[in-house]
Amino acid sequence: MASEASAKQFAEAGADLSLVSVTKRFPGFTAIDDLTLEIPAGSFFALLGPSGCGKTTTLRLVAGLEEPTEGQILIGGKDVTATKAYQRPVNTVFQSYALFPHMSILENVMFGLKRRKIADAEQLARDALALVELAHVATRKPSQLSGGQQQRVALARAVVNRPALLLLDEPLGALDLKLRRQMQLELKDIQSEVGLTFLHVTHDQEEAMTMADTVAVMNQGRIEQMGAPEDLYESPQTAFVATFLGQSNLFGGDVTGSTASVVTVKASGYELRVPADRAVAHRGVVTVGIRPEKVTLHQAKPSTGADETVVGPGRVVDASFSGVSTQYLVDVPRLGEITVFAQNTSLGEHAKHGDEVYLSWKVAHAFGLADAPPQEERFQADTNTASVAVQEREKLEAELEES
Amino acid sequence: MRGLGKYLLWVYTAMAMVFLLIPIVYTIIFSFNDARRTNIVWRGFTIDNWLDVCNAQDVCSSFANSILVAGVSTVLATAMGTAIAIALVRYRFRFRNATTLLLFLPMATPEVVLGAGLAAQFLQLGVQKGLSTIIIAHTMFCISFVVVTVRARVAVLDPALEEAGRDLYGSPSQVFWRVTFPLLIPGITAAALLSFALSFDDFIITNFNAGPAMTFPRFVYTAAARGIPAEANVIASGVFFAAIALVLIAQVSGAIKRKRLALAG
Amino acid sequence: MAFGAFQSAAPAGTGAPVTQVQKKSPVALWLLLPGILYLILFFVTPLFSLVLTSFQSPVPGGFLGEFQTAFRWENYVDVVSTYFSHIGRSFVYATLATIFALLLGYPIAYVIGVKLRAYPLLQALALVLLIAPFFISFLLRTLAWKQIFSDEGFVVGALKTLQLIPSDAYLTGTPFSVVFGLTYMFLPFMALPIYTTLERLDLRYVEAGGDLYANPFTVFRTVTFPLSIPGVISGTLLTFIPATGDYINASRDFLGSTDTAMMGNVIEANFLVLQNFPAAAALSLILMMSILILVSAYVRRSGTDDLL
Repeated sequence: MASEASAKQFAEAGADLSLVSVTKRFPGFTAIDDLTLEIPAGSFFALLGPSGCGKTTTLRLVAGLEEPTEGQILIGGKDVTATKAYQRPVNTVFQSYALFPHMSILENVMFGLKRRKIADAEQLARDALALVELAHVATRKPSQLSGGQQQRVALARAVVNRPALLLLDEPLGALDLKLRRQMQLELKDIQSEVGLTFLHVTHDQEEAMTMADTVAVMNQGRIEQMGAPEDLYESPQTAFVATFLGQSNLFGGDVTGSTASVVTVKASGYELRVPADRAVAHRGVVTVGIRPEKVTLHQAKPSTGADETVVGPGRVVDASFSGVSTQYLVDVPRLGEITVFAQNTSLGEHAKHGDEVYLSWKVAHAFGLADAPPQEERFQADTNTASVAVQEREKLEAELEES
Repeated sequence: MRGLGKYLLWVYTAMAMVFLLIPIVYTIIFSFNDARRTNIVWRGFTIDNWLDVCNAQDVCSSFANSILVAGVSTVLATAMGTAIAIALVRYRFRFRNATTLLLFLPMATPEVVLGAGLAAQFLQLGVQKGLSTIIIAHTMFCISFVVVTVRARVAVLDPALEEAGRDLYGSPSQVFWRVTFPLLIPGITAAALLSFALSFDDFIITNFNAGPAMTFPRFVYTAAARGIPAEANVIASGVFFAAIALVLIAQVSGAIKRKRLALAG
Repeated sequence: MAFGAFQSAAPAGTGAPVTQVQKKSPVALWLLLPGILYLILFFVTPLFSLVLTSFQSPVPGGFLGEFQTAFRWENYVDVVSTYFSHIGRSFVYATLATIFALLLGYPIAYVIGVKLRAYPLLQALALVLLIAPFFISFLLRTLAWKQIFSDEGFVVGALKTLQLIPSDAYLTGTPFSVVFGLTYMFLPFMALPIYTTLERLDLRYVEAGGDLYANPFTVFRTVTFPLSIPGVISGTLLTFIPATGDYINASRDFLGSTDTAMMGNVIEANFLVLQNFPAAAALSLILMMSILILVSAYVRRSGTDDLL
């Protein structure tokens, strides 16, 4: 059969992935809404988003563990929407690793090869284990390995099959910081060495940005923005991306003037300027944003040029020393609380709680958004899939009761 | 005063455990009794009973019948029960509540009712009562216990493991036999052992549905009036030691395995 | 339920139930069909047979054991009036046995499930001792008690010497011995479910109770015991239900006498000896109905999910 044959011929390099208008509905809510995505072969692609945004569901759809309600999935140009998981040239590194507890490490890694009746399975498996530097634990059982080791075995078990597409479902979540850093580098190395297409799903934005060539930020079943990590970070196009990827200071106001190069927005009495090519909208209500690390703290009112924006005076409400930088919260009347990250380039000189300060930033660093910043709640709402479903159901029930 | 209270619980419990064991010890001791026909008064120590177990009439044949019945019922009940347990945990289907109730009721019904009911049915159908009717009866009440035991195991089976199997090119039957089933074996074994023990020791339901056939418990009951031969104690003690040995081996080997895993890792 | 205690091998997961995503598939039907059909054939239909039999009337001029289909509801009236005391006795003995089993069984379960957690080897040993009675025929165990309590036995002799009982008293064939026998027989059935629940008890709840100023007894009353209630209910049902229908303990050959006969005894007698099938069937159904009322009250409170 064609689909089984394609599972047998494996890519020497990765294949590209296409999702065309994919929708996935569960009883009670829609997890993915009309998603279209193209991932070029050989790239390291990260799907980033908060819990419940649909990224894991997307992964499962690509793996074949779920079927889309609508839409198509194409791998290497072939429509695989109707094929089952075991027929697809795709492998997954699961969040919980899912190593078979009753088999040895070697048997685990050989599993996929044996199902595909690949000759020399044992040697290939040993090579894969050598790749992740775990050749010496081949005879042990998964329960005898540490979390980091299990993660590497899970990776070897997937990679040994040379899939056209490798899916990673938050694989580094359970590891401590040091180990996570190490694994991030190793994954990048393996990917470029073996040349596979990686689709990495995570809620950790730092992980996504350091490892991926392309990042797509997902929210509530849709992709908000996609691009290189730096582009996403420096030029966010929605308030969600601006606040999910790092932190942003956002000020909403009406556009009072717009030229070919600059858009001017009046926000809470201040005239804020945004370069026209960094603003999503040029009319109406625009939210101006500036990253905290781009803001400079001054003890006295600075003399500035035309290419800078100055706000103040404000009072330092909080100053948190965190080693590399000091995080300030400055309350500027009418504008609100502004976050500033100041790198600790010298010893000792920090503004203190209660100090009166001025803030400035380069106009070129600001960005403009068309939507308003999301309401900040004291305690973040539950966003895992199960509670989202429960909340939706309760909403429905409440509506039914009222009608 | 608190010290005294602390010990009270342990003493109370120790006494309760002794209470549990008294009849067992009594039975074992009296298997060594140099009894004639009735094994009521202690006459003297002898191992003759152990050496010549089948001397007393019907003791060995009834024991063999019990083993046969337990074996067949266990195989049938375990097969059917395991299938149901998997279905209950892993699949969505209508009439779930009715199915659960149907499985629960045999465990909640007094044995007298189960036994009388089946006997009444056999009577109406004109079926001859014998070993086969006993097997039918035992299989019936063992299914529920198998379902309970295996279900507990299926419930803790991580679905991600089977998904990994599918992800790694395992067809549905390959995933079942290479991933699911091996992980269920401990639960299935426990269920089979439970079923065997329940069937072997069953009296009430057997009594109603045996007709002329003799199982070991039935033999003991009918012999109770005139006097149970010491050989019956021998059989019971033998079964007891075998069972204890099995359990101890299982526990010890489990502990050794756990220790080995802990050390090597 | 109770029988998790028998499983000693390491689990294939963390030991806690994993949320399952349930598939809808025709496979489910094939898995369920054999067992369910079997149960319908050999559990449900016999119950109907029982109902039919209970309404039968004797064939006029027929021999012993010959009955014909009828709607003789008087069978039930006859049976209740004749055996009223037996029915009452069954429930009284069963209730007493359940209470005593709980009083004895809970501490055992608590010690093994909670206190012995620090000593896994001892805990395993104690568990083996708890289930050991299952490995010796309960008939022989009951007989052992009969002989221990017999007039020639050590116990009666000692009690008489200590003048705790009058010199012409006897212990066997009394309500005392029957309830004693019932308590003994079902003690493991009570202790095991409670053990299973207590074994899973997260001791951090107990610590939290202590942290919030409760003394050990209050912690037991407000934290430990309520959390163990599912096990207590399981154990109670597993004890009470079989106890009401038991007839071994109350049988003349074992620990009972004609004065202590329970429902089980008369059902057996009517069915196997007197061949009065309708009477036996009617009694069985009365017993079953009473049990069902009890169980349904429980099910309505907790739903069917926890039943199995």
